[in-house]
Amino acid sequence: MLALATLFPNVDWEDMWEATLETLYMTGISVTATFLLGLILGLLLFLTERGNLWQNKPVQLIIAGFVNIFRSIPFIILIILLVPFTTLLVGTMLGANAALPALIIGAAPFYARMVEIALREIDKGVIEAAKSMGATDIQIIYKVLLPESLPALISGITVTAIALISYIAMAGVVGAGGLGTLAYLDGFQRYQNDVTFVSTVIILIIVFIIQWIGDFFTQKTDKR
Amino acid sequence: MITLKNVKKVFHTKDGVVNAVDGVNLTINKGEIFGVIGYSGAGKSTLIRMLNMLEKPTDGSVDINGESLTSFNNKQLRIARQNIGMIFQHFNLLWSRTVRENISFPLEISGINKKERIKRVDELIDLVGLSGRGDSYPSQLSGGQKQRVGIARSLANNPDVLLCDEATSALDPKTTDSILNLLVDINKKLGLTIVLITHEMHVIRKICNRVAVMEEGRVVEEGPVLEVFRTPKRTITQDFVKQVTEPEETEETIQHLIQKEGHSQIVKLTFVGGTAERPLISDLIRKFEVYVNILQGKISQTRDGAYGTLFIQIDGQPETVKEAIYHIQQQEVEVEVITNVGIGNTVS
Ligand SMILES: Nc1ncnc2c1ncn2[C@@H]1O[C@H](COP(=O)(O)OP(=O)(O)OP(=O)(O)O)[C@@H](O)[C@H]1O
Ligand SMILES: [Mg+2]
Repeated sequence: MLALATLFPNVDWEDMWEATLETLYMTGISVTATFLLGLILGLLLFLTERGNLWQNKPVQLIIAGFVNIFRSIPFIILIILLVPFTTLLVGTMLGANAALPALIIGAAPFYARMVEIALREIDKGVIEAAKSMGATDIQIIYKVLLPESLPALISGITVTAIALISYIAMAGVVGAGGLGTLAYLDGFQRYQNDVTFVSTVIILIIVFIIQWIGDFFTQKTDKR
Repeated sequence: MITLKNVKKVFHTKDGVVNAVDGVNLTINKGEIFGVIGYSGAGKSTLIRMLNMLEKPTDGSVDINGESLTSFNNKQLRIARQNIGMIFQHFNLLWSRTVRENISFPLEISGINKKERIKRVDELIDLVGLSGRGDSYPSQLSGGQKQRVGIARSLANNPDVLLCDEATSALDPKTTDSILNLLVDINKKLGLTIVLITHEMHVIRKICNRVAVMEEGRVVEEGPVLEVFRTPKRTITQDFVKQVTEPEETEETIQHLIQKEGHSQIVKLTFVGGTAERPLISDLIRKFEVYVNILQGKISQTRDGAYGTLFIQIDGQPETVKEAIYHIQQQEVEVEVITNVGIGNTVS
C-alpha cells in the first residue's frame, strides 16, 4: 500500500474505486440495454428485408433510416443533441443515469447492424427446413435465427461493449461520473498525471476482461 | 394420395416472366416412390416445393390425402406440413444443434413432451443407422451421415409423404447408393410415399416405381420406370435412359465399326424384365451359322426387373444373318439394326 502511495501520490484509492464502480455500473446497464434494443432492431431489419419472413419495405426503410442516422452521429455530439430528451427522462443532465440514454441510443444502432449481418450469414436453407417442418415465425426466431447466429451475436456485443467503454469515458468528460470524469477533472485539469494513468490502466483491464469473456463464449458456442 | 391439377408457377423477375412450372398434372399413389427427372432449370425444385407450399402455386391445385393444400390458411398449412417430411440437397441441418437435437427439432415444433422426444429420437437414430453418433455436431459428420440425420429429422413426426429435393446430388456414388437403400427401406417399412427429384437417371432406375420427365416446366413423359426405360418416346427421355444403359463412348465406338465393316450387321438388343437373364447369345450361335461379336453391353436392375442393352455384330451369309435377327425378334427382345446414320435414327 505504501509503495502504491509513493508511486501514485495523488491517487485517492477510495475515489478511484468508486469511479470504477460507476463505470462498471454504466457499462453493465448500457451493454444490457444495447444488447436487447440492438437485437430487436437487428431482427426487425433482417425480417423485413425482401424475401424474408416479414418482408415489409416501409418498416424496413424507417428502421434502416433510424439506425443509419444514429450510427453516424459522433457520440460526443449525440450527448449534446439528447440533452432535452435526457433531462425529460432522468430529470438531470449529470451523473451516471443521465449518460445512459445517449449511450444506448448511440450504441444500439451500431449493434443492430451487426445483428443484421449475423442473421444474414444464416443459410436460407435452414430457415426453409424449419418452415417445411411447420415452424411458426416465433419458433423460427428463437429456435433457428438466434441459436444459429449466436457466436456472431456474442462477438458483436463484445465489440460493442468495448466501444461503449470508450463512450462512457467520453461521457465522463461532460459530467457522467466514473473513471472518465476522474481522469479528466483530477488527472487532466489538475495536472495529476498519475490519476490519469491509473484510470487508464483500470479501463484497459476492464476492456481486456470483456474481450476475454466475449472470445471465450464465442468459441464455446461455435460448433461449425 | 397426391394429386396435382394444372399446377402453374410464374416468377416475375427483372428479366421478365419465368414460367417455372407450366400446367403440371400428376397423380402419385400411396406407398410408391415417384421420381421426377429433368435438366437444371426444368422446374423440378419449384414443383416439389409446391407439394408443401414452400412455393405457392400461381394457379392449379395440390391435394394430399384428400386435403386441398392450396386452400389452407397459414395455421392449417403448418399442421399439414408436420405430415410431409422433406430432405434437401445440402441437408440444411442446424449446426448449433447435435444430431440428437436436430432430430428433436420437428418434435419440439409439434409440441411433443421431452420424455417422448427422447424416446422417439433414439428410435430414429437407430432407424437411420447413426447409433453412437447422437451427440456429434453436424460439422463432425460426413455428407452421407448428415443426410441420414436429415432423413431421421424428416421422419420424426411420422409423415405420410417424404419429399426429396436432390437428396443425393451432393454425395459420392457409394454414399448415394447407401442413402437410396435407406429410402427404399423406410418406404417398405413405414409405407411412406416418397417423391424425389433428381437429374440422375441412376437414382430413378434404382429406387423409383414411376417416373415423370420434366422439360421447361412441363411433364413431357410419365410412366412406370421399366416401361419408360423400354420405350422412351421423347429425345430427352432417351438421353436420360442412355445415361444408365450405355457407356458414354458407345456411340463413337459403334460409328467407327460401321464405317470399317462392310458386310456384317451391327445390332442393338434391348432386354427388359425376364429376357435380360436368358442366354440369348449362345442360343444364337448354336442355332445359326453365324459369328457373334459382342461389342458393348450393360444390364441394370430397376425395382421392377432388369433392363439392358447389348450391341453385337453378327457376321455370316446375309440370309443366315437375317434369319438370326428374326429369331432374336421372337424372343421379346427389341432389336435395332444399326445403319451408318447414328444410333438415334436406326431402322429396326
Ligand atoms: N424464386 C425465384 N424467382 C425467380 N425465378 C425463379 C425462382 N425460383 C426458380 N426460378 C426459375 O424457375 C426455373 C426453374 O427453377 P427450378 O429451381 O425449379 O429448376 P430445377 O429443375 O430444380 O433446376 P436444378 O436442377 O438446377 O435445381 C428456373 O428458370 C429458375 O431460374
Ligand atoms: Mg433444383
